[in-house]
Amino acid sequence: MLANWGYQDGSGGYFIVIDTDVCDGCGKCVEACPEAVLEVGEDPADPLRDDPVAFVTEEQRKKLKFTCSPCKTYLTAGGKEANAGSTGVAKASDRKNLPCVASCEKEAITHSW
Amino acid sequence: MTAHETARAETQQENRELWRWEESRWTNPDIDWKAGGIISAGIDVGSVSTQCVIMVDGELYAYGSLRSGSGGEDSALRGASRALEGTGMTVDDWHYCVGTGYGRVLVPMAKKAVTEIACHGRGANWMYGPSIRTILDMGGQDCKVLRVDERGKIVNFAMNDKCAAGAGRGMEVFCDFVGVPITEAGERSFQVDEEPRAVSTTCVIFAKSEAASLLREGWDVNSVLAAYSLATAQRVVELMQRVGLEPELGITGGIAKNRGVSERIEKEIGMKFNARTWHNPEYAEKEVPFDTQIAGAAGAALFAKALAEKQKGK
Amino acid sequence: MITAGIDIGGRDIKVLLLQDGKVIARTKAAGGFEQGKVAENLVTKAADDASVQREHIERIGVTGSGKKYAPPHDVDITEIGSIAKGATFVMPSAKTVIDSGAEDSRGLKVENGTAKDFVTNDKCAAGAGAFCESMARALEVSLEEFGKISLTSAKPVPINAQCAVFAESEVVSLINSKTPTEDIARAVNDALAERVVAMVKRIGVEKDVLVVGGLAKNVGYLEALKRGFQTDVMVPEYPEYIGALGAALAASEQ
Repeated sequence: MLANWGYQDGSGGYFIVIDTDVCDGCGKCVEACPEAVLEVGEDPADPLRDDPVAFVTEEQRKKLKFTCSPCKTYLTAGGKEANAGSTGVAKASDRKNLPCVASCEKEAITHSW
Repeated sequence: MTAHETARAETQQENRELWRWEESRWTNPDIDWKAGGIISAGIDVGSVSTQCVIMVDGELYAYGSLRSGSGGEDSALRGASRALEGTGMTVDDWHYCVGTGYGRVLVPMAKKAVTEIACHGRGANWMYGPSIRTILDMGGQDCKVLRVDERGKIVNFAMNDKCAAGAGRGMEVFCDFVGVPITEAGERSFQVDEEPRAVSTTCVIFAKSEAASLLREGWDVNSVLAAYSLATAQRVVELMQRVGLEPELGITGGIAKNRGVSERIEKEIGMKFNARTWHNPEYAEKEVPFDTQIAGAAGAALFAKALAEKQKGK
Repeated sequence: MITAGIDIGGRDIKVLLLQDGKVIARTKAAGGFEQGKVAENLVTKAADDASVQREHIERIGVTGSGKKYAPPHDVDITEIGSIAKGATFVMPSAKTVIDSGAEDSRGLKVENGTAKDFVTNDKCAAGAGAFCESMARALEVSLEEFGKISLTSAKPVPINAQCAVFAESEVVSLINSKTPTEDIARAVNDALAERVVAMVKRIGVEKDVLVVGGLAKNVGYLEALKRGFQTDVMVPEYPEYIGALGAALAASEQ
C-alpha cells in the first residue's frame, strides 16, 4: 500500500509517501529525522495488519511544509550544495538525499516536494 | 471586518438550520436479530455528521444518520439511539462495536477505534461492490481518495484534513458568505449562462474577499458559486491524480450530495462516478435509501464483525 | 519636492507624504468597497494634516495587492520593491525584512535598498495576519491587546488546526471549556510565528532583522519571532506604513 501522508492547501501539495508493502518497520527513518516527523507502530490504514510500519505522526501530517523546510533548504548532492531556497521545493534528483529518504535501505520513503 | 460581514456572522448562528443535510434512518424488516448471529456495530463520528450502522452477520440491520452533537461521546450516543429506534435492541446486545471518524476515540461503547481510511475502503466496497477501485470521500472536515482491491483493502490513499477549502467546511463557509443554503448550492451553480473561470485561490478566507469583489463587479451569486465550486473541484482532482484514477470510481460523504462539485470533477477527469445504487440487489429491491454518508460506519461494522470472529477464535 | 505613497492592502489603505526626505503625514482607513475613492480622500486628508496644498503634491507612487484600484498616479511599484525601499529608509542596517499583513506574509533579503531574494505566502491564510484576526475577534479583543495578553501566558495550549478556519472553531471550543485567554492568545501567536519563521529561514536570516506590516504591532507575535529566529527583531515607529513610504520614495526618485 502506498500511504500518502500530508496535505494540500492554497499554496500547494506536500506529501511523504511510505510504501508499506516494502517497509519492515526497522525505524532507521525515525532516528534520521531531526524533527520527529515519523513514527513506527500499528498501521493506521490497516487494522488487520500485525507487523509495525512507519508513518507520519498525526501531529505532523498537517505541518509538513514547515517542519521539513530546514532539511530541504540545504541538501548535499554528491558533495555539492543544492538549495531548495525560496521555492521550498527540492529538485526531484536531490530529494533522495533527505535524511529520512537516505536512511531507508528499502527505499520505502519518498517526498512529493 | 466590514459591517456587512459582522451582520452576516451574527445571523449565521441563527441560520445553522439551513446548512443541514437530511437526517435519515432505516430498519431491515426481514431480520430477526434475536434469532442469533453476530451483532456488530460501527459508529462514525464526524465533525459535521454522525452515522451508526448495525449489522447481523454482516447484513445490514439498521442505520441512523444525523448531525453531530456537542461532543464525540454525545454524538455517538445519539447516533446509536437513532439507529436503534423501534428495534427493541439496545447497545448491550452488540457483540462488538468499532468507532471511526474524527471522534473515534470518544465512542464509549467501542472496543476499538479504526481510522476512517480503512473503514471507508471496506464500506464503499460493501455499498458499491467488488468492482469499485477508486473512492473519493469528502466530509465536513477532510477529503480522502482511496484505491482499493476487490475486498475493499486499501492499496493507495491520500487524506487531507489540514485545509478547510479542501473539505465540506470550506463550502459551508462560502455558502454562508453568499447567503445560499448548502443544499441548494449545487443546483444554483449550474443556473448560469456561461461557466465562469475558477476563483484564483482555493483558500476560503481569500476566496470570500475575491467573491466580494466579483459581486461588486456585477457577477450574480450563482456564477460566484460556480467559480468557487470549480476551484474546489480542481483541488480535489489534484488529490485524485496523486493517488491515481483506476475505474470504477465511487463517491461517498457529503460531497456526493453536492453536484456542483461532483459533476465538475467528472468533467475535469473525463470519467464518471458509479451511480449511487446498492451493489447488493436485496437492498435495491427493498429500496433501502442509498445514503453515501454511511460508508464509514458500514466499514466499521464489518471490521467489528471480523474482530468479533477473531475474538471468538473462529 | 512633495511626493505621496499609496499602499492599497487587502484590508486597509495607507497613505504617506514625503517632503525632501522627511515624512510629513501618515494616514490610513479601511478600503471597503470603494478603494479608489478612499485613497483619493486619504491623500487630501494627508495634505491637510501636513498643512500643504493638495496641488503641491508633485508625484504619487502606488503599491499593494489592490493597486489596480488606485486613482491616477505617476509610479507603480511592487510590494516587494516598496518594502525593500521603505525598510532601508527607516533602518539602513536592515538585512532581513519580514512584512506581515492581513492577507499575506513575505520575507526579504535586502541590500542597497532592493530585495536580493524573497519568499511570499499569499495563498494560505494560516500564514498571514488573518489567522490572528479571527481569533482576536473570537476572544473579543483588539489585535494589540491580543498581543499584550499573550505575553502573560506561561503555558500555551496546543492548537491542532493548521488552518485559519479550523483554528477559529478550535479556539471557540477552548473558550467554551474556560481555557485562559492568555494561553489561547499565546498559542495562536506562536503558531503563526512558527510558520513565518520556517518560511523566512528558506532565504536565510541575517541581522539586522526588521518586522513591518500591521502585524508588527502584535507584541506576542514579535516575541515568538524572536524565539524562532533566536535573534532580536526591530520594529519601526509606524510599521504598517513602510509600503506606502517605499512608494513615496519611488515617486521621488524618478
